[in-house]
Amino acid sequence: MSSVETVRRPRPKGGGAAGAQSLFWRVSWLRPLVLLTPPVGWFVVIYLAALVTLLITAFWTIDPFTTQIVQSWNLDNFRIIITDSTYWSIIGRTVGIATLVTATDAVLAFPFAYFMARVATRRVQTLLFAAVLLPLWASYLARVYAWILILNHSGVLNWSLQSIGLPPANIGYTNTAMWLVFSYIWLPFMIIPVYAALERVPESLMEASADLGARRWQTLRDVVLPLAAPGVVAGSIFTFSLTLGDYITPILVGGASSTFIGNVVYANVGIANNIPFAAALSMVPLGIMAVYLFIAYRLGAFEAL
Amino acid sequence: MVLRVWVVLILLFLFIPILLIFFYAFNTSNIQSWPIPGLTAKWFGATWADENVRAALVVSLQAGLTATVIALVLGSCAAFAIHRTAFFGREVISLLFVLPLALPGIITGIALNAFFSFNGISLSLLTIVVGHTTFCIVVVYNNVLARLRRTQGSLLEAAMDLGANGFQAFRDITLPLISTAVVAGGMLAFALSFDEVIVTTFTAGSQSTLPIWIYGQIRHGVLLPEVNVVVSFVILITVIPVVIAARLTGGGGIARVPAAR
Repeated sequence: MSSVETVRRPRPKGGGAAGAQSLFWRVSWLRPLVLLTPPVGWFVVIYLAALVTLLITAFWTIDPFTTQIVQSWNLDNFRIIITDSTYWSIIGRTVGIATLVTATDAVLAFPFAYFMARVATRRVQTLLFAAVLLPLWASYLARVYAWILILNHSGVLNWSLQSIGLPPANIGYTNTAMWLVFSYIWLPFMIIPVYAALERVPESLMEASADLGARRWQTLRDVVLPLAAPGVVAGSIFTFSLTLGDYITPILVGGASSTFIGNVVYANVGIANNIPFAAALSMVPLGIMAVYLFIAYRLGAFEAL
Repeated sequence: MVLRVWVVLILLFLFIPILLIFFYAFNTSNIQSWPIPGLTAKWFGATWADENVRAALVVSLQAGLTATVIALVLGSCAAFAIHRTAFFGREVISLLFVLPLALPGIITGIALNAFFSFNGISLSLLTIVVGHTTFCIVVVYNNVLARLRRTQGSLLEAAMDLGANGFQAFRDITLPLISTAVVAGGMLAFALSFDEVIVTTFTAGSQSTLPIWIYGQIRHGVLLPEVNVVVSFVILITVIPVVIAARLTGGGGIARVPAAR
Protein backbone atom coordinates (compact mmCIF):
# COMPACT_ATOMS: atom_id res chain seq x y z
CA MET A 1 0.00 0.00 0.00
CA SER A 2 3.04 2.24 -0.22
CA SER A 3 1.78 3.84 -3.41
CA VAL A 4 -1.33 5.11 -1.67
CA GLU A 5 -1.22 8.85 -1.50
CA THR A 6 -2.08 9.92 1.99
CA VAL A 7 -2.70 13.54 2.75
CA ARG A 8 -0.28 14.60 5.44
CA ARG A 9 -1.67 17.26 7.67
CA PRO A 10 -0.68 18.56 11.07
CA ARG A 11 -1.94 16.26 13.81
CA PRO A 12 -5.52 17.23 14.58
CA LYS A 13 -5.89 18.51 18.10
CA GLY A 14 -8.38 16.50 20.04
CA GLY A 15 -10.01 15.21 16.87
CA GLY A 16 -10.45 11.88 18.58
CA ALA A 17 -11.63 10.29 15.35
CA ALA A 18 -12.00 6.57 15.18
CA GLY A 19 -9.52 4.70 12.97
CA ALA A 20 -11.92 4.08 10.10
CA GLN A 21 -13.17 7.63 10.14
CA SER A 22 -9.75 9.22 9.97
CA LEU A 23 -8.81 6.83 7.20
CA PHE A 24 -11.87 8.05 5.28
CA TRP A 25 -10.75 11.67 5.46
CA ARG A 26 -7.05 11.05 4.90
CA VAL A 27 -6.76 8.56 2.10
CA SER A 28 -7.40 10.61 -1.01
CA TRP A 29 -8.90 7.91 -3.24
CA LEU A 30 -10.98 6.30 -0.54
CA ARG A 31 -13.31 9.24 -0.07
CA PRO A 32 -14.58 9.52 -3.67
CA LEU A 33 -14.88 5.77 -3.82
CA VAL A 34 -16.98 5.48 -0.67
CA LEU A 35 -19.08 8.50 -1.65
CA LEU A 36 -19.64 7.41 -5.23
CA THR A 37 -20.61 3.83 -4.56
CA PRO A 38 -24.18 4.47 -3.27
CA PRO A 39 -25.37 6.89 -6.02
CA VAL A 40 -23.62 5.12 -8.88
CA GLY A 41 -24.71 1.79 -7.43
CA TRP A 42 -28.32 3.01 -7.42
CA PHE A 43 -28.09 3.98 -11.07
CA VAL A 44 -26.36 0.80 -12.16
CA VAL A 45 -28.51 -1.60 -10.16
CA ILE A 46 -31.81 0.12 -10.91
CA TYR A 47 -31.70 2.46 -13.87
CA LEU A 48 -29.12 0.89 -16.16
CA ALA A 49 -30.44 -2.55 -15.25
CA ALA A 50 -33.92 -1.31 -16.16
CA LEU A 51 -32.73 -0.02 -19.52
CA VAL A 52 -30.97 -3.33 -20.21
CA THR A 53 -34.12 -5.22 -19.17
CA LEU A 54 -36.07 -3.05 -21.59
CA LEU A 55 -33.64 -3.83 -24.39
CA ILE A 56 -33.76 -7.58 -23.72
CA THR A 57 -37.53 -7.70 -23.25
CA ALA A 58 -37.96 -6.11 -26.68
CA PHE A 59 -36.67 -9.34 -28.21
CA TRP A 60 -39.11 -11.54 -26.32
CA THR A 61 -42.79 -12.13 -27.05
CA ILE A 62 -45.90 -13.04 -25.14
CA ASP A 63 -47.95 -16.16 -25.49
CA PRO A 64 -51.18 -14.91 -27.09
CA PHE A 65 -53.31 -17.28 -25.00
CA THR A 66 -51.79 -17.00 -21.55
CA THR A 67 -50.29 -13.47 -22.01
CA GLN A 68 -47.22 -14.81 -20.21
CA ILE A 69 -43.84 -13.58 -21.45
CA VAL A 70 -42.03 -16.14 -23.59
CA GLN A 71 -38.30 -15.71 -23.12
CA SER A 72 -37.09 -16.78 -26.54
CA TRP A 73 -35.12 -14.44 -28.74
CA ASN A 74 -36.89 -13.28 -31.85
CA LEU A 75 -37.55 -10.19 -33.92
CA ASP A 76 -41.35 -10.58 -34.13
CA ASN A 77 -42.12 -7.31 -32.34
CA PHE A 78 -39.83 -5.33 -34.62
CA ARG A 79 -41.23 -7.10 -37.67
CA ILE A 80 -44.74 -6.03 -36.70
CA ILE A 81 -43.66 -2.44 -36.15
CA ILE A 82 -41.85 -2.26 -39.49
CA THR A 83 -44.49 -3.99 -41.59
CA ASP A 84 -47.61 -2.38 -40.11
CA SER A 85 -48.17 1.03 -41.64
CA THR A 86 -50.24 2.09 -38.62
CA TYR A 87 -47.06 2.27 -36.55
CA TRP A 88 -45.28 4.20 -39.26
CA SER A 89 -47.95 6.85 -39.22
CA ILE A 90 -47.90 7.00 -35.41
CA ILE A 91 -44.11 7.37 -35.38
CA GLY A 92 -44.34 9.96 -38.17
CA ARG A 93 -46.96 11.96 -36.27
CA THR A 94 -44.98 11.89 -33.02
CA VAL A 95 -41.70 12.92 -34.61
CA GLY A 96 -43.43 15.46 -36.85
CA ILE A 97 -45.21 17.21 -34.00
CA ALA A 98 -42.09 17.09 -31.82
CA THR A 99 -40.16 18.79 -34.63
CA LEU A 100 -42.88 21.36 -35.18
CA VAL A 101 -43.06 22.13 -31.45
CA THR A 102 -39.29 22.52 -31.29
CA ALA A 103 -39.25 24.91 -34.25
CA THR A 104 -42.17 26.91 -32.83
CA ASP A 105 -40.51 27.24 -29.45
CA ALA A 106 -37.19 28.29 -31.01
CA VAL A 107 -38.96 31.08 -32.93
CA LEU A 108 -41.00 32.20 -29.90
CA ALA A 109 -38.03 32.00 -27.53
CA PHE A 110 -35.29 33.72 -29.49
CA PRO A 111 -36.53 37.36 -29.44
CA PHE A 112 -37.61 36.95 -25.83
CA ALA A 113 -34.24 35.53 -24.78
CA TYR A 114 -32.47 38.22 -26.83
CA PHE A 115 -34.34 40.94 -24.98
CA MET A 116 -33.58 39.29 -21.65
CA ALA A 117 -29.88 38.88 -22.34
CA ARG A 118 -28.98 42.01 -24.29
CA VAL A 119 -31.58 44.73 -23.86
CA ALA A 120 -33.15 44.43 -20.41
CA THR A 121 -31.66 46.12 -17.36
CA ARG A 122 -30.32 43.91 -14.60
CA ARG A 123 -33.55 44.29 -12.63
CA VAL A 124 -35.87 43.50 -15.52
CA GLN A 125 -33.62 40.61 -16.42
CA THR A 126 -34.05 39.06 -12.98
CA LEU A 127 -37.81 39.57 -13.13
CA LEU A 128 -38.11 38.00 -16.56
CA PHE A 129 -35.96 35.13 -15.44
CA ALA A 130 -38.35 34.42 -12.59
CA ALA A 131 -41.30 34.88 -14.96
CA VAL A 132 -39.97 32.13 -17.22
CA LEU A 133 -38.99 29.76 -14.43
CA LEU A 134 -42.28 29.89 -12.53
CA PRO A 135 -44.39 28.45 -15.36
CA LEU A 136 -41.62 25.93 -16.01
CA TRP A 137 -41.97 24.56 -12.52
CA ALA A 138 -45.71 25.06 -12.13
CA SER A 139 -47.49 21.76 -12.48
CA TYR A 140 -47.44 20.11 -15.90
CA LEU A 141 -50.96 18.72 -15.59
CA ALA A 142 -52.27 22.08 -14.43
CA ARG A 143 -50.94 23.76 -17.53
CA VAL A 144 -52.38 21.13 -19.86
CA TYR A 145 -55.69 21.37 -18.04
CA ALA A 146 -55.71 25.15 -18.40
CA TRP A 147 -55.69 24.71 -22.16
CA ILE A 148 -58.60 22.30 -22.03
CA LEU A 149 -60.53 25.09 -20.33
CA ILE A 150 -59.34 27.63 -22.90
CA LEU A 151 -59.92 25.56 -26.03
CA ASN A 152 -63.19 23.84 -25.21
CA HIS A 153 -66.33 24.80 -27.08
CA SER A 154 -67.48 27.39 -24.54
CA GLY A 155 -63.99 28.29 -23.39
CA VAL A 156 -62.00 31.50 -23.27
CA LEU A 157 -60.75 31.29 -26.84
CA ASN A 158 -64.15 31.07 -28.50
CA TRP A 159 -65.54 33.68 -26.12
CA SER A 160 -62.71 36.08 -27.02
CA LEU A 161 -63.12 35.46 -30.74
CA GLN A 162 -66.86 35.99 -30.48
CA SER A 163 -66.51 39.22 -28.56
CA ILE A 164 -64.40 40.72 -31.34
CA GLY A 165 -66.82 39.43 -33.94
CA LEU A 166 -64.89 36.46 -35.29
CA PRO A 167 -66.22 32.94 -35.83
CA PRO A 168 -65.36 30.30 -33.16
CA ALA A 169 -62.09 28.43 -33.70
CA ASN A 170 -63.05 25.03 -32.28
CA ILE A 171 -59.55 23.63 -32.35
CA GLY A 172 -60.08 21.62 -29.15
CA TYR A 173 -59.23 17.91 -29.41
CA THR A 174 -57.22 18.16 -32.64
CA ASN A 175 -53.56 17.87 -33.63
CA THR A 176 -53.50 21.67 -33.77
CA ALA A 177 -54.45 21.77 -30.10
CA MET A 178 -51.67 19.32 -29.33
CA TRP A 179 -49.11 21.41 -31.18
CA LEU A 180 -50.26 24.56 -29.36
CA VAL A 181 -50.29 22.96 -25.91
CA PHE A 182 -46.91 21.26 -26.32
CA SER A 183 -45.38 24.53 -27.56
CA TYR A 184 -46.83 26.26 -24.52
CA ILE A 185 -45.66 23.74 -21.93
CA TRP A 186 -42.10 23.39 -23.17
CA LEU A 187 -41.43 27.03 -24.14
CA PRO A 188 -39.53 27.88 -20.92
CA PHE A 189 -37.20 24.94 -21.57
CA MET A 190 -36.16 26.65 -24.79
CA ILE A 191 -35.95 30.21 -23.43
CA ILE A 192 -33.49 29.42 -20.62
CA PRO A 193 -30.66 27.80 -22.65
CA VAL A 194 -31.01 30.34 -25.48
CA TYR A 195 -30.83 33.15 -22.93
CA ALA A 196 -27.76 31.56 -21.34
CA ALA A 197 -26.05 31.29 -24.72
CA LEU A 198 -26.92 34.87 -25.71
CA GLU A 199 -25.69 36.24 -22.42
CA ARG A 200 -22.29 34.70 -23.04
CA VAL A 201 -21.83 36.52 -26.36
CA PRO A 202 -19.16 39.15 -25.59
CA GLU A 203 -20.25 42.74 -26.07
CA SER A 204 -16.89 43.42 -27.75
CA LEU A 205 -17.72 41.07 -30.61
CA MET A 206 -20.86 43.01 -31.38
CA GLU A 207 -19.04 46.31 -31.16
CA ALA A 208 -16.32 44.97 -33.43
CA SER A 209 -18.97 43.90 -35.88
CA ALA A 210 -20.55 47.36 -35.80
CA ASP A 211 -17.17 49.05 -36.12
CA LEU A 212 -16.48 47.00 -39.22
CA GLY A 213 -19.62 48.47 -40.74
CA ALA A 214 -22.14 45.69 -40.19
CA ARG A 215 -25.74 46.75 -39.81
CA ARG A 216 -27.71 45.49 -36.83
CA TRP A 217 -29.37 42.66 -38.69
CA GLN A 218 -26.03 41.67 -40.21
CA THR A 219 -24.47 41.44 -36.75
CA LEU A 220 -27.48 39.45 -35.65
CA ARG A 221 -27.19 37.04 -38.53
CA ASP A 222 -23.41 36.63 -38.68
CA VAL A 223 -22.35 37.04 -35.05
CA VAL A 224 -25.21 36.51 -32.63
CA LEU A 225 -27.09 33.67 -34.33
CA PRO A 226 -24.09 31.35 -34.81
CA LEU A 227 -23.03 31.92 -31.20
CA ALA A 228 -26.56 31.31 -29.90
CA ALA A 229 -26.97 28.13 -31.94
CA PRO A 230 -25.65 25.75 -29.25
CA GLY A 231 -28.23 27.24 -26.86
CA VAL A 232 -31.02 26.58 -29.34
CA VAL A 233 -29.80 23.01 -29.83
CA ALA A 234 -29.59 22.54 -26.05
CA GLY A 235 -33.16 23.79 -25.67
CA SER A 236 -34.33 21.63 -28.53
CA ILE A 237 -33.11 18.51 -26.70
CA PHE A 238 -35.76 19.17 -24.09
CA THR A 239 -38.61 20.39 -26.29
CA PHE A 240 -38.05 17.48 -28.67
CA SER A 241 -37.45 14.74 -26.11
CA LEU A 242 -40.27 15.83 -23.82
CA THR A 243 -42.75 15.88 -26.72
CA LEU A 244 -41.46 12.58 -28.06
CA GLY A 245 -41.97 10.86 -24.71
CA ASP A 246 -45.35 12.27 -23.79
CA TYR A 247 -48.65 10.44 -23.92
CA ILE A 248 -50.74 12.43 -21.44
CA THR A 249 -51.18 15.56 -23.55
CA PRO A 250 -52.26 13.57 -26.66
CA ILE A 251 -54.94 11.85 -24.57
CA LEU A 252 -56.14 15.02 -22.87
CA VAL A 253 -56.09 17.59 -25.68
CA GLY A 254 -55.67 15.45 -28.80
CA GLY A 255 -58.42 13.90 -30.87
CA ALA A 256 -59.16 10.55 -32.46
CA SER A 257 -56.15 10.74 -34.79
CA SER A 258 -53.65 12.06 -32.24
CA THR A 259 -52.12 8.78 -31.07
CA PHE A 260 -48.47 9.12 -30.06
CA ILE A 261 -45.80 6.44 -29.65
CA GLY A 262 -46.27 6.82 -25.90
CA ASN A 263 -49.98 6.01 -26.13
CA VAL A 264 -49.30 2.70 -27.82
CA VAL A 265 -46.52 1.92 -25.33
CA TYR A 266 -48.78 2.69 -22.39
CA ALA A 267 -51.72 0.76 -23.79
CA ASN A 268 -49.49 -2.29 -24.22
CA VAL A 269 -48.29 -2.09 -20.64
CA GLY A 270 -51.69 -1.54 -19.10
CA ILE A 271 -54.54 -3.02 -21.08
CA ALA A 272 -52.92 -5.48 -23.48
CA ASN A 273 -50.22 -6.46 -20.96
CA ASN A 274 -47.73 -6.95 -23.80
CA ILE A 275 -44.59 -5.54 -22.25
CA PRO A 276 -42.26 -7.02 -24.91
CA PHE A 277 -44.09 -5.16 -27.67
CA ALA A 278 -44.17 -1.95 -25.63
CA ALA A 279 -40.42 -2.34 -25.05
CA ALA A 280 -39.75 -2.87 -28.75
CA LEU A 281 -41.78 0.18 -29.73
CA SER A 282 -40.04 2.32 -27.11
CA MET A 283 -36.76 1.52 -28.87
CA VAL A 284 -37.92 3.95 -31.58
CA PRO A 285 -37.86 7.13 -29.43
CA LEU A 286 -34.81 5.78 -27.60
CA GLY A 287 -32.96 5.36 -30.90
CA ILE A 288 -34.08 8.77 -32.15
CA MET A 289 -32.91 10.43 -28.92
CA ALA A 290 -29.58 8.59 -29.03
CA VAL A 291 -28.92 9.99 -32.52
CA TYR A 292 -30.24 13.42 -31.48
CA LEU A 293 -28.05 13.56 -28.37
CA PHE A 294 -25.01 12.47 -30.38
CA ILE A 295 -25.56 15.23 -32.95
CA ALA A 296 -26.20 17.76 -30.17
CA TYR A 297 -22.98 16.66 -28.50
CA ARG A 298 -21.05 17.17 -31.72
CA LEU A 299 -22.58 20.63 -32.13
CA GLY A 300 -21.30 21.58 -28.69
CA ALA A 301 -24.75 21.86 -27.15
CA PHE A 302 -23.75 20.04 -23.96
CA GLU A 303 -21.64 22.97 -22.81
CA ALA A 304 -24.71 25.16 -23.26
CA LEU A 305 -26.86 22.97 -21.04
CA MET B 1 -40.19 48.44 -29.70
CA VAL B 2 -41.26 45.34 -31.61
CA LEU B 3 -39.07 43.36 -29.24
CA ARG B 4 -40.87 44.78 -26.20
CA VAL B 5 -44.28 43.93 -27.61
CA TRP B 6 -43.03 40.42 -28.29
CA VAL B 7 -41.82 40.05 -24.70
CA VAL B 8 -45.16 41.23 -23.32
CA LEU B 9 -47.07 38.85 -25.60
CA ILE B 10 -44.93 35.89 -24.52
CA LEU B 11 -45.45 36.80 -20.87
CA LEU B 12 -49.22 36.93 -21.39
CA PHE B 13 -49.03 33.61 -23.22
CA LEU B 14 -47.13 32.09 -20.29
CA PHE B 15 -49.28 33.43 -17.49
CA ILE B 16 -52.89 33.79 -18.67
CA PRO B 17 -53.56 30.02 -18.66
CA ILE B 18 -52.15 29.65 -15.15
CA LEU B 19 -54.10 32.59 -13.74
CA LEU B 20 -57.23 31.30 -15.42
CA ILE B 21 -57.14 28.12 -13.35
CA PHE B 22 -57.26 30.11 -10.13
CA PHE B 23 -60.39 31.86 -11.41
CA TYR B 24 -62.03 28.57 -12.23
CA ALA B 25 -61.31 27.28 -8.71
CA PHE B 26 -63.86 29.87 -7.50
CA ASN B 27 -66.42 29.09 -10.20
CA THR B 28 -69.98 28.89 -8.82
CA SER B 29 -71.12 26.65 -11.69
CA ASN B 30 -69.97 23.09 -12.07
CA ILE B 31 -69.87 23.63 -15.83
CA GLN B 32 -66.46 24.86 -16.92
CA SER B 33 -67.31 27.59 -19.41
CA TRP B 34 -66.16 31.18 -19.79
CA PRO B 35 -67.06 33.66 -18.46
CA ILE B 36 -67.71 32.07 -15.08
CA PRO B 37 -71.10 33.12 -13.67
CA GLY B 38 -69.90 34.01 -10.17
CA LEU B 39 -67.36 33.45 -7.43
CA THR B 40 -67.62 31.02 -4.54
CA ALA B 41 -65.28 29.20 -2.18
CA LYS B 42 -67.57 26.21 -1.71
CA TRP B 43 -65.43 23.81 -3.79
CA PHE B 44 -62.51 24.12 -1.40
CA GLY B 45 -64.47 22.48 1.39
CA ALA B 46 -65.96 19.89 -0.94
CA THR B 47 -62.50 18.97 -2.22
CA TRP B 48 -61.03 18.66 1.23
CA ALA B 49 -63.95 16.41 2.22
CA ASP B 50 -63.22 14.07 -0.69
CA GLU B 51 -61.46 11.02 0.75
CA ASN B 52 -59.88 10.08 -2.57
CA VAL B 53 -58.22 13.49 -2.81
CA ARG B 54 -56.90 13.22 0.72
CA ALA B 55 -55.60 9.70 0.14
CA ALA B 56 -53.85 10.81 -3.05
CA LEU B 57 -52.35 13.79 -1.22
CA VAL B 58 -50.95 11.46 1.45
CA VAL B 59 -49.40 9.17 -1.19
CA SER B 60 -47.90 12.18 -2.98
CA LEU B 61 -46.42 13.57 0.22
CA GLN B 62 -45.01 10.19 1.26
CA ALA B 63 -43.51 9.54 -2.16
CA GLY B 64 -42.21 13.10 -2.52
CA LEU B 65 -40.62 13.33 0.92
CA THR B 66 -39.03 9.88 0.81
CA ALA B 67 -37.69 10.36 -2.71
CA THR B 68 -36.35 13.80 -1.72
CA VAL B 69 -34.50 12.44 1.32
CA ILE B 70 -32.89 9.59 -0.63
CA ALA B 71 -32.05 11.91 -3.53
CA LEU B 72 -30.49 14.40 -1.09
CA VAL B 73 -28.18 11.75 0.33
CA LEU B 74 -27.23 10.16 -2.98
CA GLY B 75 -26.98 13.43 -4.95
CA SER B 76 -24.84 15.16 -2.31
CA CYS B 77 -22.56 12.12 -2.00
CA ALA B 78 -21.99 12.10 -5.74
CA ALA B 79 -21.34 15.86 -5.88
CA PHE B 80 -18.76 15.59 -3.08
CA ALA B 81 -17.02 12.69 -4.70
CA ILE B 82 -16.83 14.39 -8.06
CA HIS B 83 -16.08 18.01 -7.38
CA ARG B 84 -12.36 17.97 -6.85
CA THR B 85 -11.51 14.69 -8.39
CA ALA B 86 -10.49 15.07 -11.97
CA PHE B 87 -11.01 11.60 -13.30
CA PHE B 88 -12.20 10.17 -16.56
CA GLY B 89 -15.60 9.03 -15.32
CA ARG B 90 -16.75 12.47 -14.28
CA GLU B 91 -18.65 13.38 -17.43
CA VAL B 92 -19.99 9.86 -17.75
CA ILE B 93 -21.48 10.14 -14.27
CA SER B 94 -23.05 13.53 -14.97
CA LEU B 95 -24.57 12.13 -18.16
CA LEU B 96 -25.80 9.03 -16.33
CA PHE B 97 -27.59 11.12 -13.71
CA VAL B 98 -29.34 13.37 -16.23
CA LEU B 99 -30.47 10.45 -18.38
CA PRO B 100 -33.80 9.76 -16.59
CA LEU B 101 -34.82 13.35 -17.34
CA ALA B 102 -33.17 13.78 -20.74
CA LEU B 103 -34.66 10.61 -22.19
CA PRO B 104 -38.35 10.70 -23.15
CA GLY B 105 -40.57 10.09 -20.11
CA ILE B 106 -42.09 6.91 -21.44
CA ILE B 107 -38.60 5.35 -21.75
CA THR B 108 -37.85 5.76 -18.06
CA GLY B 109 -41.38 4.64 -17.26
CA ILE B 110 -41.49 1.52 -19.40
CA ALA B 111 -37.89 0.58 -18.47
CA LEU B 112 -38.68 0.66 -14.75
CA ASN B 113 -41.97 -1.14 -15.36
CA ALA B 114 -40.26 -3.92 -17.32
CA PHE B 115 -37.54 -4.11 -14.66
CA PHE B 116 -40.00 -4.47 -11.77
CA SER B 117 -42.12 -6.94 -13.66
CA PHE B 118 -39.05 -9.00 -14.66
CA ASN B 119 -37.90 -9.19 -11.05
CA GLY B 120 -41.34 -10.05 -9.75
CA ILE B 121 -41.60 -6.81 -7.76
CA SER B 122 -45.25 -5.75 -7.51
CA LEU B 123 -45.99 -2.06 -8.01
CA SER B 124 -46.49 -0.13 -4.79
CA LEU B 125 -45.56 3.09 -3.02
CA LEU B 126 -42.02 1.73 -2.91
CA THR B 127 -41.75 1.47 -6.69
CA ILE B 128 -43.10 5.03 -7.05
CA VAL B 129 -40.37 6.19 -4.67
CA VAL B 130 -37.68 4.32 -6.61
CA GLY B 131 -38.80 5.96 -9.85
CA HIS B 132 -39.00 9.44 -8.35
CA THR B 133 -35.64 9.14 -6.62
CA THR B 134 -34.00 8.13 -9.88
CA PHE B 135 -34.97 11.36 -11.65
CA CYS B 136 -34.60 13.58 -8.56
CA ILE B 137 -30.94 12.75 -7.86
CA VAL B 138 -29.67 14.93 -10.68
CA VAL B 139 -31.41 18.04 -9.32
CA VAL B 140 -29.64 17.76 -5.98
CA TYR B 141 -26.38 16.73 -7.63
CA ASN B 142 -26.38 19.73 -9.99
CA ASN B 143 -27.12 22.22 -7.23
CA VAL B 144 -24.58 20.94 -4.74
CA LEU B 145 -21.90 20.47 -7.39
CA ALA B 146 -22.38 24.02 -8.67
CA ARG B 147 -21.98 25.40 -5.16
CA LEU B 148 -18.94 23.27 -4.39
CA ARG B 149 -17.28 24.54 -7.55
CA ARG B 150 -17.84 28.13 -6.52
CA THR B 151 -16.57 27.47 -3.00
CA GLN B 152 -12.96 28.50 -2.67
CA GLY B 153 -10.55 25.70 -1.92
CA SER B 154 -8.35 28.16 -0.06
CA LEU B 155 -10.86 28.34 2.81
CA LEU B 156 -10.56 24.63 3.32
CA GLU B 157 -6.79 24.76 3.09
CA ALA B 158 -6.69 27.56 5.64
CA ALA B 159 -8.75 25.45 8.04
CA MET B 160 -6.47 22.49 7.53
CA ASP B 161 -3.36 24.66 8.03
CA LEU B 162 -4.85 25.87 11.29
CA GLY B 163 -4.99 22.27 12.42
CA ALA B 164 -8.49 21.13 11.54
CA ASN B 165 -8.74 17.55 10.39
CA GLY B 166 -10.74 16.55 7.36
CA PHE B 167 -13.95 16.01 9.27
CA GLN B 168 -13.68 19.28 11.21
CA ALA B 169 -12.98 21.24 8.05
CA PHE B 170 -15.99 19.63 6.42
CA ARG B 171 -18.27 20.32 9.37
CA ASP B 172 -17.19 23.90 10.04
CA ILE B 173 -16.31 25.19 6.58
CA THR B 174 -17.81 23.15 3.76
CA LEU B 175 -21.16 22.27 5.31
CA PRO B 176 -22.21 25.85 6.17
CA LEU B 177 -21.14 26.99 2.71
CA ILE B 178 -23.18 24.40 0.86
CA SER B 179 -26.15 24.01 3.20
CA THR B 180 -28.42 26.37 1.27
CA ALA B 181 -27.56 24.61 -1.99
CA VAL B 182 -28.49 21.28 -0.41
CA VAL B 183 -31.80 22.69 0.84
CA ALA B 184 -32.49 24.26 -2.56
CA GLY B 185 -31.76 20.94 -4.25
CA GLY B 186 -34.17 19.22 -1.89
CA MET B 187 -36.91 21.79 -2.58
CA LEU B 188 -36.58 21.33 -6.31
CA ALA B 189 -36.48 17.55 -6.01
CA PHE B 190 -39.71 17.65 -4.01
CA ALA B 191 -41.39 19.96 -6.53
CA LEU B 192 -40.33 17.63 -9.33
CA SER B 193 -41.65 14.56 -7.54
CA PHE B 194 -44.90 16.16 -6.45
CA ASP B 195 -45.84 16.98 -10.04
CA GLU B 196 -44.56 13.95 -11.96
CA VAL B 197 -47.15 11.93 -13.82
CA ILE B 198 -45.72 10.01 -16.80
CA VAL B 199 -43.14 7.85 -15.00
CA THR B 200 -45.54 7.48 -12.07
CA THR B 201 -48.28 5.93 -14.21
CA PHE B 202 -45.81 3.17 -15.09
CA THR B 203 -44.57 2.59 -11.54
CA ALA B 204 -47.73 3.03 -9.42
CA GLY B 205 -49.88 0.08 -8.52
CA SER B 206 -53.36 0.62 -7.20
CA GLN B 207 -52.52 3.80 -5.29
CA SER B 208 -52.95 7.25 -6.82
CA THR B 209 -50.67 10.20 -6.37
CA LEU B 210 -52.30 13.61 -6.67
CA PRO B 211 -51.25 14.04 -10.33
CA ILE B 212 -52.65 10.58 -11.16
CA TRP B 213 -55.93 11.50 -9.48
CA ILE B 214 -56.07 14.77 -11.45
CA TYR B 215 -55.26 12.97 -14.70
CA GLY B 216 -58.02 10.41 -14.10
CA GLN B 217 -60.65 13.06 -13.41
CA ILE B 218 -59.72 15.25 -16.38
CA ARG B 219 -59.64 12.25 -18.66
CA HIS B 220 -63.12 11.19 -17.71
CA GLY B 221 -64.36 14.75 -17.40
CA VAL B 222 -65.70 14.24 -13.90
CA LEU B 223 -65.40 16.19 -10.63
CA LEU B 224 -63.94 19.14 -12.55
CA PRO B 225 -64.80 21.69 -9.83
CA GLU B 226 -62.61 19.64 -7.48
CA VAL B 227 -59.95 19.35 -10.17
CA ASN B 228 -59.82 23.17 -10.38
CA VAL B 229 -59.10 23.37 -6.66
CA VAL B 230 -56.57 20.53 -6.58
CA VAL B 231 -54.75 21.84 -9.62
CA SER B 232 -54.49 25.34 -8.10
CA PHE B 233 -53.11 23.73 -4.96
CA VAL B 234 -50.55 21.70 -6.90
CA ILE B 235 -49.37 24.84 -8.73
CA LEU B 236 -48.74 26.52 -5.39
CA ILE B 237 -47.04 23.47 -3.89
CA THR B 238 -44.68 23.16 -6.84
CA VAL B 239 -43.98 26.88 -7.18
CA ILE B 240 -43.39 27.76 -3.51
CA PRO B 241 -40.40 25.42 -3.03
CA VAL B 242 -38.94 26.74 -6.27
CA VAL B 243 -39.25 30.34 -5.09
CA ILE B 244 -37.53 29.38 -1.82
CA ALA B 245 -34.82 27.54 -3.75
CA ALA B 246 -34.30 30.59 -5.96
CA ARG B 247 -33.89 32.82 -2.91
CA LEU B 248 -31.45 30.40 -1.28
CA THR B 249 -29.23 30.22 -4.31
CA GLY B 250 -29.58 33.85 -5.34
CA GLY B 251 -31.43 32.83 -8.48
CA GLY B 252 -28.38 31.08 -9.87
CA GLY B 253 -29.38 27.74 -8.43
CA ILE B 254 -32.52 27.26 -10.44
CA ALA B 255 -30.89 28.68 -13.54
CA ARG B 256 -29.09 25.43 -14.04
CA VAL B 257 -31.93 23.24 -12.95
CA PRO B 258 -34.37 23.73 -15.84
CA ALA B 259 -31.81 22.12 -18.07
CA ALA B 260 -31.86 19.21 -15.70
CA ARG B 261 -35.57 18.97 -15.41
